[in-house]
Amino acid sequence: MTIRQSLLAATAITVAFMTVIVAARAQTTSQEVVLTNVSYDPTRELYRALNDAFAKEWQASTGQKVTIRTSHGGSGKQARSVIDGLEADVVTLALAGDIDAIARESKRLPADWQKRLPNNSSPYTSTIVFVVRKGNPKGIKDWPDLAKQGVAVVTPNPKTSGGARWNYLAAWAYELDRTRNVKEGGDQAAARKFVEAIYKNVPVLDTGARGATTTFAQRAVGDVFISWENEAFLIQQEFGADKFDIVVPPFSILAEPPVSLVDHVVDKRGTRKVAEAYLGFLYSPAAQKIIAHNFYRPSKPEAADPADLARFPKIQLVSIDQVFGGWTKAQTEHFADGGVFDQIYKPTGKAATR
Amino acid sequence: MSDAALRGGTPPGVRWRLRGLSRGFPKPSALPGFGITFGFAITYLSLIVLIPLAVLVARAADLGLDGIWRVATTPRVLAALEVSFFISAAAALVNAVFGTIVAWVLVRYDFPGKRLLDAAVDLPFALPTAVAGIALAALYATNGWIGSLFAPFDIKIAFTPLGILVALIFIGLPFVVRTVQPVLQDLDRDVEEASATLGATRAQTVLRVVLPALAPALLTGVAMAFARAVGEYGSVIFIAGNMPFVSEIAPLLIVTRLEEFDYAGAAAIATIMLALAFVTLLAINALQSFSRRRFGHA
Repeated sequence: MTIRQSLLAATAITVAFMTVIVAARAQTTSQEVVLTNVSYDPTRELYRALNDAFAKEWQASTGQKVTIRTSHGGSGKQARSVIDGLEADVVTLALAGDIDAIARESKRLPADWQKRLPNNSSPYTSTIVFVVRKGNPKGIKDWPDLAKQGVAVVTPNPKTSGGARWNYLAAWAYELDRTRNVKEGGDQAAARKFVEAIYKNVPVLDTGARGATTTFAQRAVGDVFISWENEAFLIQQEFGADKFDIVVPPFSILAEPPVSLVDHVVDKRGTRKVAEAYLGFLYSPAAQKIIAHNFYRPSKPEAADPADLARFPKIQLVSIDQVFGGWTKAQTEHFADGGVFDQIYKPTGKAATR
Repeated sequence: MSDAALRGGTPPGVRWRLRGLSRGFPKPSALPGFGITFGFAITYLSLIVLIPLAVLVARAADLGLDGIWRVATTPRVLAALEVSFFISAAAALVNAVFGTIVAWVLVRYDFPGKRLLDAAVDLPFALPTAVAGIALAALYATNGWIGSLFAPFDIKIAFTPLGILVALIFIGLPFVVRTVQPVLQDLDRDVEEASATLGATRAQTVLRVVLPALAPALLTGVAMAFARAVGEYGSVIFIAGNMPFVSEIAPLLIVTRLEEFDYAGAAAIATIMLALAFVTLLAINALQSFSRRRFGHA
């Protein structure tokens, strides 16, 4: 082949490819409504199931075909995409603080968004538990075990991962609760020392929950992995119950991953009705059943399968509002630039973290 | 450059450039079309490079010069910049040596599978860097194929600065190979033969005949590999461990700032990186034009 011929051939192939792609896309976009749900990392499996169920229900009741595109990533990163202009009809993020940030920075939804749906706009909750290697060789039972010397703890960086913020705050809340008898409301200084001791045991700070899961489960780094409860079950399911045990501490934090409409976007795209129905659907008995089945704690347990519910042990749970006075306060105090978390890492920490 | 030039005389190239500077534009080229192509070049560069970078600097300027300086000199940022720039330089140097050897093998010898190997060199360009990072982390973790070989000696690669080095070598390799390869291909073998007939040993031929001819291309390759490595994010975060003050790279700090919605702070760190990279590249460029003149590839 001459150069000219091969150039022609290459162009022809490229054009053919593009035509196929464009044609394929055109087919899916006709005669249907598309919703974009911007979600966080560990909800992949959950929303795959929920989206299918909602699409069926919506088509049955209205005759309209609905496709829900769900994007996943670190909660903070997802929030930033929406602030920067990603057209999300609904956001389903790891913590209220991230949706607050969207409301504050972009004004695309009202500041009181969290009051619009039941249970602080959280159709499901979760909590923070530990995953350990089979047989629990380091004998980890409760939060103080994570601060012991010689225990390697895997948790992502709370500055880049929403889930990790829950981990951090759960540890803090534990120590406050423990020292409640010593000091009214708990000893903040002791809590800080306690959290610092745990982070001294962290050999790798991944940027997101899924990255940390991989580090712990596949790279064999660490003795204990602080994790969302739902993610812990998924690890067992994915990698085999013969490899990992779940340890549920007697005390943990009530994680409420909230959902919201993005008013500005649904009004512009004319999708308010279907988006509202979608979020409403999350509270329906059918969805609650799926939620429990996917290892999230349903807000209406009576709708769930009792066998699924039996997997959630009873724990004493405290909320962010009770202990930290809400997300905005927790965020500025602990995770802002130069906040408590940043202060844990000092140049002198070099030798200790090696 | 001749010995006279080393002692202080101005070489012809430099003199010409100095004159050019003092008179604005040099004499219009005899080649037609300067106006229109120059216009296109400037518009294009502005849209793609200059304006975005200007916006970046403008964002950072919100903080003022002292604000940028304050961000730059926090110990955490300094440590991250050190990690980024030193490891990038190390990776570029490793690639300079081994990339040249790869190029040499690909140009000078025939062996089965040569084409395949040649094509494989470009793969780091095409692969999403996150995929590369995950693959490398899997290989170099203490339970991975390669990592387990080092584990008995208590050497950890993944999740340490060594892991960053591995990732940066990976993404930088094609730059060196692809810049050195064509020059090596064009290199006249007669020159080497002449060198041999004149009594030079093999080492002398390589060091004093082949390498000087390759130097400008090699420098370009190293500069590109270095620049790419400094900005690399995707592959590094999966293998670095990301520990502050140990294995935290500057781009990660930028991302962290963005997570906090601190756009000005992020832009400040980015501006500092930009300035540092620009100075480094400028130095390499100067070195390169020096070697061009020195070895006559002007």
